[in-house]
Amino acid sequence: MSNQKNSIWSFFASVKLALFVIFFLAIASVIGTVIPQNSPPDAYVKEFGANLARFFQILDITDMYNSWWFVSLLIMLALNLTICTIERLPNVWRLVVLNNLETDTDRLAKMRPSQEIHTTLTLEDAAAKAKASLAENGWQAKEAVRDSGILLFAQKGPWTRLGVYVVHTSILVIFAGAMIGSYFGYKGSVMIPETRATDTIYSFNNEEPIKLGFEVLCKRFTLSHYANGAPKEFRSDLAIVEDGKEVLTKSIVVNDPLSYKGHTFYQSSYQSYKKFLVSLTDNQTKNAELFLVEPGKEIKWQGEDVSFGIINRDKTETPLRFKYKIWFKDSTGVAEPFWITDGDTTTVKRDGKEYTFALKEFFATGLQVTKDPGVWYVYIGCTLMLLGLMVAFFLSHRRIWVYIKREEDKTSVLLSGNTNKNRLTFEKNFDAVNRSLEEKLKSHS
Amino acid sequence: MTSSQLLGISTLGYLVASALYIATLIFKTQKTGVVASLLTLITFLAQTAGIGLRWYESYNMGMGHAPLSNMYESLVFFSWAIVIFYLLLEMKFNNRLIGAFAIPFAFISMAYASFGKGINQEISPLIPALQSNWLIAHVITCFIGYAAFAVACGLGFMYLMKSAAEDKADTGLIGTLPNLRVIDDIIHKTIIFGFLWLSAGIITGAIWANSAWGTYWSWDPKETWSLITWFIYAGTLHARFTRGWQGKRIAWLAIIGFLSVIFTYFGVNFLLSGLHSYGSS
Repeated sequence: MSNQKNSIWSFFASVKLALFVIFFLAIASVIGTVIPQNSPPDAYVKEFGANLARFFQILDITDMYNSWWFVSLLIMLALNLTICTIERLPNVWRLVVLNNLETDTDRLAKMRPSQEIHTTLTLEDAAAKAKASLAENGWQAKEAVRDSGILLFAQKGPWTRLGVYVVHTSILVIFAGAMIGSYFGYKGSVMIPETRATDTIYSFNNEEPIKLGFEVLCKRFTLSHYANGAPKEFRSDLAIVEDGKEVLTKSIVVNDPLSYKGHTFYQSSYQSYKKFLVSLTDNQTKNAELFLVEPGKEIKWQGEDVSFGIINRDKTETPLRFKYKIWFKDSTGVAEPFWITDGDTTTVKRDGKEYTFALKEFFATGLQVTKDPGVWYVYIGCTLMLLGLMVAFFLSHRRIWVYIKREEDKTSVLLSGNTNKNRLTFEKNFDAVNRSLEEKLKSHS
Repeated sequence: MTSSQLLGISTLGYLVASALYIATLIFKTQKTGVVASLLTLITFLAQTAGIGLRWYESYNMGMGHAPLSNMYESLVFFSWAIVIFYLLLEMKFNNRLIGAFAIPFAFISMAYASFGKGINQEISPLIPALQSNWLIAHVITCFIGYAAFAVACGLGFMYLMKSAAEDKADTGLIGTLPNLRVIDDIIHKTIIFGFLWLSAGIITGAIWANSAWGTYWSWDPKETWSLITWFIYAGTLHARFTRGWQGKRIAWLAIIGFLSVIFTYFGVNFLLSGLHSYGSS
C-alpha cells in the first residue's frame, strides 16, 4: 500500500513529468489556435466535414481550452509543481538556514575556488586581518573556534535559493486566482440606451440575466473620429444609482472602466438608432423637457405651446459630424429655421421668450460587465513570478570560509568559496577578497 | 530630415554592417570587424533618432503616440532591440563574431518593414483599444524578449556550425568562432534574459487586456502562441537545469524557440484571426 502511494508520489515528483506536461500543453494549445473555438456546430461540419466535426465534438475540441483533457493537463501541471515543491523545499530550506561554521574543515581545501596563504602572524592577528578583508568587500563574517584553528564564515543571499520556488508557487497562485474568478465571478454584457438605467446584465455563457443589486444609468454616449474617419473615442457618462440616488458618476472610455462593488463596466460597443435626443428649456419658466425625436416628425411640447422637428441634415467641416436643420414654432408663431451641430446647444430667441435647445444623436452604449474576485490573486501571482524569476536567474547564494590554523612555525590561512550559480561573477568577488587578504598578509609572510 | 529617411538609412547601414560582420567571420580580418562595430553603432544612433523623430512627427500631426503601434513600427523597434542587445553582448563578451549571426536579423526586420507587402508605413492615429500606457509597456517588454531570442537563435546556428566544423576537423571556422562552451553559456544566458522579458510581456499584455475588456486571458491565438513560446523556453530551461541538457540540444531548442517567436509575431497575424490584427492591414 505504502509502496503504491510512493510510486504515485514519485511519479508526480519527477521533473520528467513536468517536461512532458509542458510539451503536451504546448502541442495541445496549438490545436486550439488552428481550429476555430466556440463556433456554431454547423460551421465545423461545413469546414471540416461531418465525420471530423463529430470527432471534434467528442474530444471537446470546439471548446478545447475548457475541455476535460486540457483542464486535466493543467491540473497535472499544478500537482506536479506542488509535489515537486513539497519534495525539494525541505532540503533547500536546510541549506538556507545551515550553520556553515560547522562545515567539515577537510572539505574546504577541495572547494573551488580556494586559496592558501602562509603568514608569520599569530592565529588571532591573521583572523582579524581576514575579517577586515572580508568586511572591506562587503562580507560580514562570523567566527568559531574549530580544531585549534579559527573558522570565519560569511555569506550573501542564502534566501535566493528560494527564488525558483517563488516562481513555481506564483503559477499556483495564478491558477488559484483563475479558479476563484471562474467560480465566483461572471462575464456579461448589456446595452443601455442614453438616459436609461438598468439593474440587469446578461451572462456571456448562457445569456441568463444577472441582477446587479443597483442600477447603472447611461447619461450620455459620445463618439468622436479622427480626421481620416477612424474612431477616436467612445465615451459613456455613467452613474451608479442606488435607492434612487446617484452614488457614483464616471465618464468611461475604452481602457478606463468603472468599478463598483466588485462589478466592473467596460466600454465595448455602441448602437445607433437614427434618432435624436433634444433637450428643451424655457428660460423664463425654467421648464425643461427631454424628447426622443425621429427626423421629419413634428414634436409637441405638452404644457408649453411649442412644436419643433428635424427637417434636414448636412455635413460639417469636421469629418463624420453632422448639423441638423430645425423647424421651431411657439405661441409667437413659426421661427426662422436654424442649424445646430450634433452635440451642441443653442439659444432660440423669440418675441419676449427664450429657449435653450440642445440636440445630440441618440445612442445606446454597449458595456461589458465583469465580476472577477480572483484577478488580484492573478496579479499577485504575476508579480511573484517576475520577482522570483529575477531572484532565480540573477541572484545566487555565495559563501566564503576562511580557516586559519597553526602549521609548525607558520600560520596557514585557507580561503574557500562556493556559489550555487553565476560562478564567473562570484570568482571576481572571491579574487577581490583574496587580493585584499594577500596585501594585508604580505609584510608578514 | 524626416524619420523615414533616417530609418531608410538604418536599413542600408545594417545591410552593410551584416556584410562586414560576415566578412570578418570568413576572412578573419580584424579591421573589418572594428568597422562593422562602428557602423552598427552609428546606424543604431541614426535609427534611435529616426524612432524619436517619428514620435515627434506624430505629435505634429496631432495624434501623438509612441511609435509602437503597428506592424511597421514594431518591426523597426524589433530591429532596434536586437541591435542594442547585440552591442551590449559584444561589449560584455568582447567578441565581434557574434555580429554575423545577430545583425542580419536586424537588417531583415528593417528590410521587411520597408519593403514587405502590405506593411503600412504611415503614422496612423490610435484606435480606442490601443490608447493605453500598457501598450508601451507591453510592446517594449515583448520585443526586448524577442530580440534576445533572435540573438539566441543566431548563437544556436553559430554553435551548430562550429560543432559541425569541429566534427569535420575543418580549420576554417574553428579558429575564428568562440569556444563551444562559451557559445553554449551565452545561449543559455540570452535565453534566460529573453524568458524574463517574455514573461513580463505576457503579463503586461494580460493586465492591458483586463483594463480594456475585463479579461486577462481569453485564449486568443496570439496569447496562446505567446504561451506556447513561453512553454518551449520554460521546457528548455528545465531540461538544462534539471537534466543537464546543453550543447547541440540547447542550440536546436534556441532555434525552435525562435521559430515559435516568429510564428507568434507574424504567423498569427497572417494565418489566424484574433485581437492582434495590426499586421493584417
